[in-house]
Amino acid sequence: MSDIRHTTFAWRRSPDQGRPEPARHRVVIVGAGPVGLAAALALAARGHPSVVIDRRRTLSDGSRAICWSKRTLEIMDRLGVGQPLLDKGITWQRGKVFFDTRPIYEFDLLPETGHRMPAFVNLQQYYFEHFCIEAAARTGLVDLRWQEELEGLEIGNDGALLSIATPEGRYRIAAGWLIAADGARSTLRRLMGLGFQGRAFADQFLICDIKMKLDRPIERWFWFDPPFNRGRSALLHRQADDVWRLDFQVGADADRDEEVRPENVARRVRAMLGEEIEFSFEWISLYRFQSRRLDRFRHGRVLFAGDAAHQMSPFGARGGNSGVQDADNLAWKLDLVLRGLAPERLLDSYDAERIPAADENLLNTTRSTDFIAPKSPASRIFRDSVLALAETEPFARRLVNSGRLSVAACYDGSPLEGPDGFEAGECRPARPGAAALDGPAGTGWLLDRLGTGFAAVWFDREERLPQAAAAARRELAQGRLPVELTVVADGTTCARYGAERAPALYLFRPDGHIAARWRDFSLPALRAALARAAAQHEGEPP
Amino acid sequence: MKLKREPNTADPDRLYAAIIEAHAGLSEQESAALDARLVLLLANHVGDATVVEEALAVARASLGRPLPGPPAGLT
Repeated sequence: MSDIRHTTFAWRRSPDQGRPEPARHRVVIVGAGPVGLAAALALAARGHPSVVIDRRRTLSDGSRAICWSKRTLEIMDRLGVGQPLLDKGITWQRGKVFFDTRPIYEFDLLPETGHRMPAFVNLQQYYFEHFCIEAAARTGLVDLRWQEELEGLEIGNDGALLSIATPEGRYRIAAGWLIAADGARSTLRRLMGLGFQGRAFADQFLICDIKMKLDRPIERWFWFDPPFNRGRSALLHRQADDVWRLDFQVGADADRDEEVRPENVARRVRAMLGEEIEFSFEWISLYRFQSRRLDRFRHGRVLFAGDAAHQMSPFGARGGNSGVQDADNLAWKLDLVLRGLAPERLLDSYDAERIPAADENLLNTTRSTDFIAPKSPASRIFRDSVLALAETEPFARRLVNSGRLSVAACYDGSPLEGPDGFEAGECRPARPGAAALDGPAGTGWLLDRLGTGFAAVWFDREERLPQAAAAARRELAQGRLPVELTVVADGTTCARYGAERAPALYLFRPDGHIAARWRDFSLPALRAALARAAAQHEGEPP
Repeated sequence: MKLKREPNTADPDRLYAAIIEAHAGLSEQESAALDARLVLLLANHVGDATVVEEALAVARASLGRPLPGPPAGLT
């Protein structure tokens, strides 16, 4: 396990290469990073094969994305990767913010119990990829083609024709659907000539991973204006294998070549952690951040996800986590379309749901970046005033912004959203559009009950399924869009769904987001919400 | 709530003097830092972001450099 970073993926000649006519695949994914792999796993979980091409021969070269959010862990658990991420990752939920040397703000991201997954685990991106690749192999449905690079593209009405370069020449394949998960410098985006609007930040940040034995609480530590990086910021965060992420703001004018020289980075590390520490470097990189996104993520049969669709600064851990949510949102919709159970327009809701989610992430990461690296003298005065006030004034602590950490998107106003049968403002965290809130359910967890299809849950402290619901159970399970109906009586979980005093019925989508909720059971209402969640118009067969 | 633009204090001269006196002996930079702290404290006290936004729009318009958007006073 300790050497997975040195894994090399061999190129294997595909039987597709050398066929007289291009082989046709229903789904081709470009990019075998976390997002492409999550998409492949989410399709495989529903029985769909995919071809994944990637020009690399290795896993991610550095730790890159390290903070995996609760929502990502829940999604990946459904895809069979949750336990290894938990086992290998470093679980954390607390953070401290320092101004100079003084602690001014502390947070706890998951103050309540009764959730299977923690607020965050820290784990190097290469481990995330490694576990996904192992899981993909177990499905037998993911055809991973390493060292193959997309070179050309012809888009048609029913998909695209791809030209692929390999170590031994070129070949072509046809794709019914194409998922572009090929990262910030997306080849597909370039080949399609799509604009990537937004802004670039001038400030540079030095990111390095070091290996060392350090006895410290597992917390995210962030400094504004520390003695070891005067006038700038720094971050310290623990990862697996005694590897620590250090991040130093180095300014807009820093000399790139000088900054990344190990002896110069070592000087910074010792100034931060003490002259006596022993450590070795794992990875050093200098970054400038950008905030950009595509106008649309769906372009006919080509669907953009992750960094290929939106790029943001890392403060808030929203890049990798939002990419995994993109993949999860996309996969169940593509599944229904591929099986002929929903019209293609269901995929328009990918834009309707994931563009606002991307905008929320861009807004939050941009605000964090503006606080961490003020752009104007006035902005700097206000930032420093907040930090100074935070030492004594509780209100100012809430303004300190070292990154607003990724939470699950809520698809308010989605075209797939069904009725909310609750009183206005009642139990907002579980409103239609929100991601399912986990909680104990019998001997297991609610999220495990939801599976990879539609699910309905009757939350009832008395554990009494209404007669009409009991009668409809089999019919629902055997419908064209099957719905598993279960009952949950656990107090903690019922409370989370506003069903402490009166029972409630919830319809969950295959990605675990809440489609609709009611105070009573009505089969026609449930069917109508199901049709709406699959983008079917009234009158069409469910 | 809307921003109050009519007189809203019993002793306006005292209020004004208090603000000026608070700046006594400060450098230009310290004054700017004082103003920033004051804005943050008062904005939190007001609480309603629309009121603060309206105040910002009125202040910018009075500088002759209005914020983009509907003109202050018409919102």
